Order: sequence, then C-alpha cells, then structure tokens
Amino acid sequence: MFAELLQYLLSGLTIGAIYALAGLGFSIIYNASHVINFAQGEFIMIGGMASATLTASGVPLPLAILIGCGGAMLVGVLVAKFAVERARNASTVTLIIITIGASIFLRGVAELVWGKDFKRLDAFSGETPIQVLGASMQPQSLWVVGTAGVLIVAIGLFFARTLTGKAILATSHNRLAAQLVGIDVKRVVLASFALSAALGAVGGAVVAPITFSYTEMGIMLGLKGFTAAVLGGLGHGPGAVAGGLIVGIAEALGAGYISSAYKDAVAFVIILAVLLFMPNGLFGKRGTERV
Amino acid sequence: MNALLHGRLTGLLALGAVIAILPAFLPNNFYLDIAILAGFNAVVCVGLNLLIGYAGQISLGHAGFFGIGAYASGVLVGTYGWPPVVALLAGAAFVGLLAFLVAKPILRLKGHYLAMATLGIGIIVSIVLRTESGLTGGPDGMMVEPFRIFGVELYGEKVWYWVVGVLLVGVVWLSLNLIDSPMGRALRAVHGSEVAAEVVGVDTARFKVLVFVLSAVFASVAGSLFAHYAGLITPAKADFFKSIELVTMVVFGGMASTFGAVVGAVVLTLLPQALTIFQDYQQIVLGGILMATMVFMPKGLLPTLAALIPARRRA
Repeated sequence: MFAELLQYLLSGLTIGAIYALAGLGFSIIYNASHVINFAQGEFIMIGGMASATLTASGVPLPLAILIGCGGAMLVGVLVAKFAVERARNASTVTLIIITIGASIFLRGVAELVWGKDFKRLDAFSGETPIQVLGASMQPQSLWVVGTAGVLIVAIGLFFARTLTGKAILATSHNRLAAQLVGIDVKRVVLASFALSAALGAVGGAVVAPITFSYTEMGIMLGLKGFTAAVLGGLGHGPGAVAGGLIVGIAEALGAGYISSAYKDAVAFVIILAVLLFMPNGLFGKRGTERV
Repeated sequence: MNALLHGRLTGLLALGAVIAILPAFLPNNFYLDIAILAGFNAVVCVGLNLLIGYAGQISLGHAGFFGIGAYASGVLVGTYGWPPVVALLAGAAFVGLLAFLVAKPILRLKGHYLAMATLGIGIIVSIVLRTESGLTGGPDGMMVEPFRIFGVELYGEKVWYWVVGVLLVGVVWLSLNLIDSPMGRALRAVHGSEVAAEVVGVDTARFKVLVFVLSAVFASVAGSLFAHYAGLITPAKADFFKSIELVTMVVFGGMASTFGAVVGAVVLTLLPQALTIFQDYQQIVLGGILMATMVFMPKGLLPTLAALIPARRRA
C-alpha cells in the first residue's frame, strides 16, 4: 500500500521536476517579454537529441550536454531576435502563432538533422534500481531531481543577486521604466530566451535516459510546462516550480490509481479546475486590470 | 478587394461565383477532394473568426468540437443506427450545450489563461476519443456510414463539393449578417475594450458566450459532414495540432475578416499539398511561412492586401 504510493510519488517527482524546469522557462520568457513561448518544448528536445546523438558518436557526456545547451541557447536567441522582437506590438494571438510556427520549424529542422527514430542515451550512473522503503527508483531519477533542484536554486540566486537577473525583473515589472533607468530591454529579452533555452536543454538531457529522445518529445513536455506555469500563476517563478511538481505527481497518481490511458488528461483537468476557481493560477497576482 | 471586405452582397456573390465555376478548372477528383477539404476547414474558420477576430477571444481547442461532431455522427449512425441528419443535429446540440456550460467560467479568463483553458478542453476531448476505443475505435479511428437523407445517399466528390459549397455560402452569409447586426457591433466593442463596452450597456458576458457556442456548433456541423464524406475518422482530427491549424488559418487569412478566414483556410489547406514536393522540408517551410506571415503582416493576408490597394490609388 504505502510502497505503492511512494512509488507513484517518486516517479511523479521525477517527471514533475522536468515540468518544473519547462514551466520556469515559460515564466522567465513571459516576465521579460509577455510572450508565451510555445517552442519551449523544442529546447528540451534539442537538449535530449544533442546529448543522445553526440554521446553515441563518442563525445563525453558533460561536453555533449554543454554543446546541446549552447545550441539551444543560440536557437532561443535567434527565435527572440528574428521572430518575437520584430512582432513587439503584435497581439497575444499573433505572438502565440509565431512561437508555434517556430516550434514547427524547429521540429522540421530536427527531423532533417536527426531523423524520426528514437535515440537512446545511457543512464548517467548505471541502471541498478535503488530501494527506498519498499519502492524502487532508477538512479537517473536522482539525477533528474537533483539537477532540476540545483538549476532552480541557481535561477533564484541569479534573479536575486546578479545585475542581469535584476534587469530582467525590472523589465517584467515595467518595461518603460526599466528602459528609462538605462536597461537595454532588447538584450534582456534575448538573455531571457537564452536562459530558458539552457534550462530546457539541460532538462531534456537529464530526462533522455528515462523517456528516450525523439523529435516530437518536446510537444507534450512543452504543453505540460505551460500548464505548470499557468497553474503557478504566469510569471511567478516559484509558482511554476510548484505547478510542475503538482502536475507531475498528480499525473503519476492518476496513472497509478485511475487509468494510465488518461495520464495526459490529468494535467489539463487540474488546470481547468484551478482556472475556474482561481483565474490567475495558484500564486498569481490578484490585481485589477487597468483600462 | 475592398468590395470583398466591405460589400456584403458583392462579397457573397463573388464567393458563390468562385465556388460555381471552380469545378470547371479542376481536372479530376483529387483536386475536387482538396477543394472539399478546404471548404470544410473554411466553414470552421468562419465560425472561429467570429470568436477570435471579432470578439478577440482565442480558442486553442476548436478541433475538439469538430471531433465531437464527427464522432457523434460516426457512432450514432454506425453503432446505433440513427438517421444521419438526426445524428448531426444531436452532435451539434451536444456541442452547443457543452460549449455553453464551459463558456461562462472560461470566458472570464483572458489572454494566455483563456488559451490554456481552451487548449485543455481540446486535449481532453482528443484523449477521450483516443482512449474509449470500444466506442471510437481508438487511435486507428472508425469507419463512418455514408450520409443518407430521404433515402438518397450522398456519394462522390462532385456531390459533396456542392454540399460543402452551399454550406460555406450559408455560413458566410450568416456570419456577415451577424457582424452587421447589433450583436456584431457589441462583439467589436468587446474586442476594443470590454470595460468600455460594459459601461455603454453591452452585456459582454452574454455575447461572448453566444459567439463561443455558435462557433463551436459550426465546427461540430462541419465535423459531422466531414465524417460522412471521408468515411473514416481518427482522433487526429480532434487533436491539438488540428486546433492550431484552424487558428493559424484564421490568423493567416486575416482576423476580423470573414473572407479572410475563407482565404486562410483555402491557402493553408492547399499549401501542404503543394509542399509534398518538398517532402522532408514540409514542416520547415510551413513553420517558416507561419512565422514570416505573422511578423511581416500581423493583420493577416487579406487585410494587408486590401490596405495596399487604396494606398496605391491615392499615390
């Protein structure tokens, strides 16, 4: 009984950590530019595919992850520079379509580069399951949760301590005021895209041994990340992390106790329920809208 | 072009004329088939445009309503032996009711939150269709009986072409009338500023719900007829990508332009057919076109072209 529950919680925590990273990525970009980047899942895919194919051709794992990360950051900056920045004053719908276009485009490129098959990445430290109070756990799960934890703390420090982090925060509060005190708002947007691309890519690399990598892997991960971000309240970093964990754990519990076929539906049922009662998400601001 | 945008009757006549003479230029059933698919998409897009273009409310889940209509026809006619017309109406009524029930709480949401909620509904619908395989055939889909009315079976591309053509003209006519009615003015007021609209006495909630229900019902009817035409339906017709495709058609053709929605549907239905020449590059080209259109003509194709014409005349 207890072991079973613990098992579900552990697997939920693992996948939830990836949703949390993706959700955090959505939040960072949303804060800097008020754009929901539907290509966030593609950053995850790039990280997973790059690390899987590079290690297969003999590149050491850390270097492979680093290259994947750099590649994703470059792609993020390009998307920001050539698509999002140019459509600065466009409507929400238009911006959504642009980033969806970017995600289709990136998936097309990825298919051309890597093909359509599943790619395998070996677990970072063996596959001998660890026994925890009767539940068993892949060592890779520890890598996933640990990496996500470290990254989340690092992002928190980045926003609290560094000048660039503070500039992003200032821009998210008031773009014009940020510009007036000399913040280069355009660079802030580019930096936020690069940062969330890096987050996504690392997430994709550490989760690859569990989920396998394929060019379509980013779609659901991205949508769940969006759910996590909205659940936590758009633009609320810790909220996105909490949202990701909630979605991941609820999904694992749903799959275990209700039906594995409806696993993917769980996240969306939760988000609908939350939005009905808390239209701004769990931690969103309750401010009034200015006319 | 301007007449297309502003003259209601001229536009309708032009559309009717194009539909009437088009078959003469289509060499075989393959092209007729694409025209029919474009027509079905256009019907959904005209409804979706009322919601997105006029009322300014996004929906990333309309393929779900299309799917419910399609499966209602497939299941009720095939498994339970209902007459197709009754099944179509039942599907539309169910979708209307569902849309009505979710509309009020959902439409309180704005921007990205509304996008998320509608996306959620669409995805849940497609997962249900995929999973309840006893009823729907699961991921493989299900066969659908032909459409019979008064003992006559609708059969073949030629017949379906005219069915879709008439439906499209009817839907466009309805949409144009609606936009010119007090309700249309109310919707545009909602789009401009919801608060201002309420201050001048527009019951914004009521109109938003109404247009959401209406656009969902359009999608359901198109879905039902499509199911009978295609003879086979799969959950892919109801999934997230189909929803995105529909929104893209509306936005590409031109928001707040009924004929723009039609043009968007036609162009983006044809495009993948044309792109099969590029095979491996299909997604890249499609994604690239989406981005480029939105970046360089955020108002969409038809309004952008229309804006060019008078400017040149004045110059």
